[in-house]
Amino acid sequence: MVQFVEPQLHELADNCKRMRQWILTTTNKAGSGHPGGSLSAVEVMAVLYMKIMRVDPENPDWDRRDYFFLSKGHAAPVLYAALAERGFFPAEELMTLRQAGSRLHGHPSSECTPGVDISSGSLGQGLSIANGVALAARLKGTEQRAYVLLGDGEIQEGQVWEAAMTSAHYKLDNVCAIVDYNRLQLDGPVDEVKTLGSLRAKWEAFGWNAIEIDGHHLQEIYNSFEKAKEVKGRPTVILAHTVKGKGVSFMENQVGWHGVAPNDEQLEIALKELR
Amino acid sequence: MSKTLAPREAFGKALVQLGAENEDILVLDADCSKATMTSLFQKEFPHRFFNLGIAEADLVGTGAGLALAGKTPFVNAYANFLTGRAWDQIRISVCYANLNVKVIGHNSGTSPGQEGPTHLPLEDITLMRALPRMTVIEPADGVEMAKAVRALGEHEGPAYLRVGRMPTPIVNREAGRFVIGKANVYLEGKDASILACGVMLSKALEAAEELKAEGISVDVINVHTIKPLDSSCILEAASRTGAVVTAEEHTVIGGLGGAVAELLAQNLPVPVRMVGVQDRFGLSAKMPELHEALGLTRENIIKAVKEVISAKK
Ligand SMILES: Cc1ncc(C[n+]2csc(CCOP(=O)(O)OP(=O)(O)O)c2C)c(N)n1
Ligand SMILES: [Mg+2]
Repeated sequence: MVQFVEPQLHELADNCKRMRQWILTTTNKAGSGHPGGSLSAVEVMAVLYMKIMRVDPENPDWDRRDYFFLSKGHAAPVLYAALAERGFFPAEELMTLRQAGSRLHGHPSSECTPGVDISSGSLGQGLSIANGVALAARLKGTEQRAYVLLGDGEIQEGQVWEAAMTSAHYKLDNVCAIVDYNRLQLDGPVDEVKTLGSLRAKWEAFGWNAIEIDGHHLQEIYNSFEKAKEVKGRPTVILAHTVKGKGVSFMENQVGWHGVAPNDEQLEIALKELR
Repeated sequence: MSKTLAPREAFGKALVQLGAENEDILVLDADCSKATMTSLFQKEFPHRFFNLGIAEADLVGTGAGLALAGKTPFVNAYANFLTGRAWDQIRISVCYANLNVKVIGHNSGTSPGQEGPTHLPLEDITLMRALPRMTVIEPADGVEMAKAVRALGEHEGPAYLRVGRMPTPIVNREAGRFVIGKANVYLEGKDASILACGVMLSKALEAAEELKAEGISVDVINVHTIKPLDSSCILEAASRTGAVVTAEEHTVIGGLGGAVAELLAQNLPVPVRMVGVQDRFGLSAKMPELHEALGLTRENIIKAVKEVISAKK
């Protein structure tokens, strides 16, 4: 397994910093959006797009690509930032987020955004789609993998567990789900709204290989994706322990920053804090 | 018409009042209680509030169970996810079972604005209208919203209420009466009848004023109950003016426009034009820009009125 050497880690850390800047400045410009759950997923998205996924920014519809589905579609700003970092479109375009006529809708749209594999925003739908493309890859005999990012609140949707059974039943080892385990949803802490109980035990009981990691630790994230590739006959879920609003002190672990954009003053403070 | 009020705010407050008067009223939400403002009810009556998490199908089914046991649950979620994801549960567990569940669809029409196409509920009325036994209501503004909530508290059986997020103009008179299934005539005219619901009523009233200046006199009728449709009121108006325009913040396919067209085609075929969303998805933009982009404008109502008038000649 590749261990990162220092310069590479530096590069990735730079990707992450820029992605956080974009999340904050674009939601500020739009005057709305979801910074909390975008910031919690920065490291996972950076590793996926910069190191793990086989995609071609010049040819987003390349038929041998790995797929990524942002099932928690409200984190569109982090997806757009990752796509721009990877070169799917110019970074300046990020500033058009949520404006009439923009290619960057409030929630991801495969109709108009290069690199977005499916429209999302209605929570709970992504894992089924990942299963579909994974089954197709098996039929075609390709090495393609399907990645799907789920919210920890999102997995209260029944469809997620219907899909979890499908992945296990069909032994879809080319499916890799990541749960952004930030412990907050819209109305409050997940445990208070509707508890998940033992999340790891749930996935394992559904026939999945489960890996628990620090979802902000680049090396751990990278290793978990590499391990997942080696697991045969079972899908893998990565339970990424994260902090909602990560990187901005006044947003961290604050449910109030789920769906509110920073104003100019808050943006200025936030940008100074980023490392 | 400068005063505005967010329908959801009026809804949240009216629900608290209703809860104070009737202990059987329960409120269920799907992780949207701050946006739907059922959080007000939760604060007042924590033991009669249940958060089902992000699980709309489970939300509706739980509501059905509570109704079966004699309670009056109001189940709340965003209109698109609620009527879309849980349609089958609403169909079988609520309507076919004929249970007293009040299905409350929030963030309706263009009111989620920049959230974009996935989040704009533009088909919910159609979905709910198609269901036997379902009552479908879209109040014109916050004032009427409060009256509708009160009326739902007394109503028995399945019902759907559409609630907008953003402040909209107040056109309703506090004293005006609200009866489920009875349309309210705001203006009476000779040349055409405008039938509107929701936020489009205020635009219909503006259009009527502009038309008046051009010598065209129109009815403006608030069809707050889309099902059961007030057919006697609508047929009376159509026979008087001989031309009908509908206006709604929703797809015209199966919405108010569709409902009115079904009624008129079978009973009194007169020229009809429908102002509403024309078989398309939305986009990400603020509510006023969305109204422009989707053609939900005063100008389009005026244009449609002129078209129906010339069509009847
Ligand atoms: C089907 C559906 N129901 C409700 C919503 C509204 N909604 C958007 S985000 C959200 C909370 C998501 O929480 P979580 O999955 O934990 O996301 P994160 O904390 O990563 O932002 C809710 C309820 C939705 N988008 N889709
Ligand atoms: Mg969460």
